[in-house]
Amino acid sequence: MKKNILLLFFALLAAIAEGFAQNVEMADGLRSSGKIYVVVGVLCIIFIGIVVYLINLDRKLAQLKKEVEQLKN
Amino acid sequence: MANLKWWKIAAIVLVLYTIIAGFLMPVPTLPILHESIRNLYFHVTMWFAMIIILAVSVVHGVKFLNKGQRYNDIVSSEAAKVGILLGILGTTTGSLWANNTWGAWWVNDPKLNGAAISLLFYFAYLILRSALPDEDKRARVSAIYNIFAFTMMLVFIGVLPRMTDSLHPGNGGNPGFGGYDLDGNMKMIFYPAIIGWSLLAVWILSLRVGFKVLVEKIQNN
Repeated sequence: MKKNILLLFFALLAAIAEGFAQNVEMADGLRSSGKIYVVVGVLCIIFIGIVVYLINLDRKLAQLKKEVEQLKN
Repeated sequence: MANLKWWKIAAIVLVLYTIIAGFLMPVPTLPILHESIRNLYFHVTMWFAMIIILAVSVVHGVKFLNKGQRYNDIVSSEAAKVGILLGILGTTTGSLWANNTWGAWWVNDPKLNGAAISLLFYFAYLILRSALPDEDKRARVSAIYNIFAFTMMLVFIGVLPRMTDSLHPGNGGNPGFGGYDLDGNMKMIFYPAIIGWSLLAVWILSLRVGFKVLVEKIQNN
């Protein structure tokens, strides 16, 4: 009887450990509190900034190309 | 705005979508990885973009060997430089990710070492270019070396890691990422992300090529 109770105890312990192992921590709290949107916003601003920079470079290069063509003629 | 071609707009839209959906859409809950699984949209796509841009480089190298057009050599060398940039970004982001999941900044993994060796091949490409003063010779020799470097890169990061044990998914008996995202949610972001980052790399490449063409035009006058 004592042996059986001990066995049951260990089985229970194993089940609890299993439960903890399955509990994968994700940033659910961060998302529910809404703060993740701030990070997404920051990244969007940075990316849009880089894009504006690229477009500007593109325009400057095209202008320079035109000027070089005119110099040749 | 005449320069803003449709594929540049596609690059902007796709990468913006990647950033927004990549952070906010649900992902599989997995031990060890946790939320860092989202790096799939940013770290892995760097390597995909690198392979695509290096393919552009080798195609233009072969084109130069066929036709001898100066323009092809410019595209080939500038694409190799953009590819190296993407490779460095992929290595550093991967290193950060490895530190937080595998426990070290650099682990002795065949994929990591293969990527490092591949980058060294391309550093050697740049050194080779700068070592040859004659324009035509430089273009021909580096185009031939480019074919070798591209092939070795594919072998070192695409073939060899799959033949031995690797921590990377899809290698050495590990299931690929396709095995993880059973819900297909990640694929909806991952594939557009690859296209978006690659188009952005092509945009940067086009700027570099345009600049180099202009410099040569001015120098030749």
